[in-house]
Parts: sequence; C-alpha cells; structure tokens
Amino acid sequence: MAGEPLLEVRGVTLQYKTPRYLVTATYRVDFAVQKSDRFVLLGPSGCGKSTLLKAIGGYLRPTEGEITLKGRSIAKPGPDRMMIFQEFDQLLPWKTVLQNVMFPLLSAGGLGQAAAKAKAMQAIEMVNLAKFAGSYPHTLSGGMKQRVAIARGMAMEPDILLMDEPFAALDALTRVRMQDELLALWDAVKFTVIFVTHSIPEAIKIGNRILLLSPHPGQVKAEINSVPRGEATSAAGVKLEQTVHAMLFADRIEEPGHV
Amino acid sequence: MSDAAMTQRPEIYRETLGADQFGIVAKPLTLFETLYNQGWLRKLFVLVVLAALWEGYARWLDNELLVPTFSATVQAMGSGIASGTLIARALLSIKVLLIGYSAGVLLAAALTFLAINTRIGADFLETMTAMFNPLPAISLLPLALIWFGLGIGSLVFVLIHSVLWAVALNTHAGFRGVSNTYRMVGQNYGLGGLRFAAKILIPAAFPSILAGLKIGWAFAWRTLIAAELVFGTTSGQGGLGWFIFEAKNLLNIPDVFAGLLTIILIGLAVENVIFRLVEQATVRRWGMQD
Repeated sequence: MAGEPLLEVRGVTLQYKTPRYLVTATYRVDFAVQKSDRFVLLGPSGCGKSTLLKAIGGYLRPTEGEITLKGRSIAKPGPDRMMIFQEFDQLLPWKTVLQNVMFPLLSAGGLGQAAAKAKAMQAIEMVNLAKFAGSYPHTLSGGMKQRVAIARGMAMEPDILLMDEPFAALDALTRVRMQDELLALWDAVKFTVIFVTHSIPEAIKIGNRILLLSPHPGQVKAEINSVPRGEATSAAGVKLEQTVHAMLFADRIEEPGHV
Repeated sequence: MSDAAMTQRPEIYRETLGADQFGIVAKPLTLFETLYNQGWLRKLFVLVVLAALWEGYARWLDNELLVPTFSATVQAMGSGIASGTLIARALLSIKVLLIGYSAGVLLAAALTFLAINTRIGADFLETMTAMFNPLPAISLLPLALIWFGLGIGSLVFVLIHSVLWAVALNTHAGFRGVSNTYRMVGQNYGLGGLRFAAKILIPAAFPSILAGLKIGWAFAWRTLIAAELVFGTTSGQGGLGWFIFEAKNLLNIPDVFAGLLTIILIGLAVENVIFRLVEQATVRRWGMQD
C-alpha cells in the first residue's frame, strides 16, 4: 500500500490536566493510516492510546504536532470520524436500535427520514440485528449493544472508524465472535478503522498494521505488519505474538494475557 | 500429586435433553399472585383500609364537629360537586396553579441553560438556590401582597418561588450527571448549543428532571392552598383553600373535610396518573428507572 495517506499523525504530543498534575499522555507520536487499513494502536494501560484516539476524534487538541485527515487539520469532533466506545452506554437509551442508528444520519448525515431509515436498516441487517430494530438498548446484551454501535458507525460511512477497546468489556467467548464479525464486515465493506486494544492476540487478529506504544508517556516503539488474515494462530502469528510480547515486557509492565 | 495421577479420572460425555423433554418450564401464576402483582390494586387496598379505619373511628367518636365520618365527607363532597361549587373552586385553584407552575418551570429551564453554558451562570444558580430554596414560599406572601396586590399576581409570584428552585436544582444536577459517553456521542454527531441540550442533555437527565417536576408540583400545590387559606379570595372568587376557610367559619366541618379530600384526590391523580404515564412513556421504557 502506498500513495497519499488518509490520516496522518505528525509529532503529536498530548497533555491533559488532572486536578493535581499536568500529564503528558503521548510524546511526539508519528504514524500514517492508509485507506482500508485495519490500524491497531497497541500498548499497556497508560500508554496514551485512548487519549491518542480521542485526539483523532477531535475531543482534545495536541499541544505539539498535527493530525490531518485527507490533508485537513482536525479541529473538533465530527461525523466524518465515527467513534465506537468501550462503554455500553454509548447507545442513547431513549432511542430504539433503529432510532439510534438513524439519529446521526438525520442530524449530521443530512438524509431525509425515509432514506435514513433504509440506510439504517441495511446497517442493522449487516450486524444481524434486524429482529431487534424496535428494541430499546437496555433490553440487549453487551455484545448486541456493541454491534448496534458498529452498525451506527458504519451506516454513516465515515472516512474512518475509531474503535476504543470496543470488545474489552465483553466476555471472552462473545469477544472472539465479535472479532470474527468485525473482520467479516471489513471483507464486505473495506472500511478504514483505527482500533485501540491492550490485547496482543486481538491486535494480531484484527490488524493489518500495528503501532506499538511504550507507556508513560506513550512513544512509538514500533510500527509493524501483522500476519495475513486468518493466520493469527499459525506459527508466524505465534512468533509475532512472542516478539510483540517481548517488546512490551521490556518496559516491565504487566500485561494480562487474554484474547 | 503428579499430573499423571490427576488425569486418572475418566472423562464424561453426555447428550443433553431437548426442551420438549422437560416437565414444567413455565407455569402460570395463581389468581391471587396475578392480582397482587398489580400496583394499583395494592394501593387501592391500602386506601380502602384507611377509609374503613376513618369511618370506624368517626363513628366511635360520634362528634361531627371534630371528625365527620367518611360517608358524611363523601356525601358533602357529592353535594359540593352536584351544586358545582366544589368543581368551580378546584378548577380555579388548578388554573392558578398551572400558570404559576409553568412559569416556574420555564424560568428554571432558562436558568439551567445559562448554568450549563457559562460558569458564572452555574455560580448564580447555585447561590440563588442555596439562598431561596430553604425559604418557605408562604413567607413571601405578605411581600407579594404589597407588590402585586390581592389577586392572581401575588399567588403566581409565590408559586414561581416554590417551583423554580426545586426544579432548577434537580435539572442542573441531572445535567451535570450526564455520562461523558453520551456527551462524546453527541459531539461526534456535530451537535452543539441548543440542539445538543435538546437531543442529548434533556433526555439523558430526564429522570432527575422528572423528579424535580414532581417535587415542584407538590410544593406548588401546598403553597397555593396555604396562600388561599391565608388571604383566600381573589377578585370575589376563591379556590379550594378559600372553600375550606369558608366552611370552617360556618362550622360546616364535613365540607372542610370534603375540601381536604378533594386536594388529596387531585394530588393522587396527578401523581398516579399524569406523572405515572409520563414515566412509563419515558424513563421506564428506556430502562433508566425500574
């Protein structure tokens, strides 16, 4: 893959204030995301990967450096970068599944009622939730809620999907299924996604390109290619997992080994 | 123990039964359980018991001037309704109440909107609520009478005072408690200002807003009746408070009780019908409240 990158992060330092400290979350991070990349930000807790994703989402401004999407600098949140959060409460509880997916299409996508409904239903069908279109979020399981969030993100056809540990709060079995479904959706649509995780096996399975961050503050440790699709558990995959493991543990940070 | 010894136990594999092989999977509840599960039936039962206790006590006391019986009160209420006076008085009270209540709620909305958008607005709201919320609305009535004269104006003034702070306090607390994820979702859609407030903040804070509206309603209702009792008539026509005051002066105690019962019934109706319906259509349906 080559050519003009879709998203560019150049020398980005991110700082935020807590009541007592000014915390530097990342220090001079560089990377570039190409169209249709499944780009994974991987690192232990406290490496600023979620903060970095929020900066790409436009929720905070870098103190140094620049983030550009299609050559334009990112200034504020917008529907061209749909966020999918880890929290289950990202679905608005006062809207049904269908209304939740339609809401951004209506308020930001500029679609009419009928067009938004058709597009939303299509996205809901893609995540196999057509039966639950009229249900309220509190009646759904955690995995179903995350699928709705993914449908909502995809229906908007954003330039880039930003996923902040979307499967971290799910049980292990559901998690594996959601990873498979996400990859199947990617096969169908070839969207661009930045995926934040602290699980090495998940990074290798989901990503085609992996950015490794070191903790406190986050700095780029490596930017590597993952193994080909479906070979995450092959010998090459296992070897990559060990390499990444060794690199992360060089910082003596504890990493729970779950998928 | 070695691993080899640990694996000495046989492995077990079984076929699971199909769902049709079971006896009882779901069994209907008994008639009593079904009835007992109805909230309104349980409440009705409580009311019936209370009415029976009242009737029994009044008969035992046998003094109409102190406590008239439940049946005498209902009778007085019936004749009050039949002659139209009780309904006219109640409607007048409700009219004044709705004017004051809606004005108070609108003001609260404006204040809260200021408070969530500017820091000084938040300080203003917090200081004003801290000062005025503990102040009984009725204590402002003498002042209101001087400022607005004998009439609806002063009633509305004290009503606004009783509603405004309770509603604003709850709404503001609700807005501040809105989960950060909802805020980020709203920003992600490019919402801002009034649209953000209308589409994200208000529904997300709706449980608190509704609680504030309920408290405000109760405060307003109390304040109104008390104010009417104190100076009663407005332009020759009084509300329920005045009805009670007049009946007391004539020592027509069953009418006093009928007036009180009317106040209670209206309160129950608003709480159990109007607010209940709003709750069912919103926060309960959304799973934000059990």
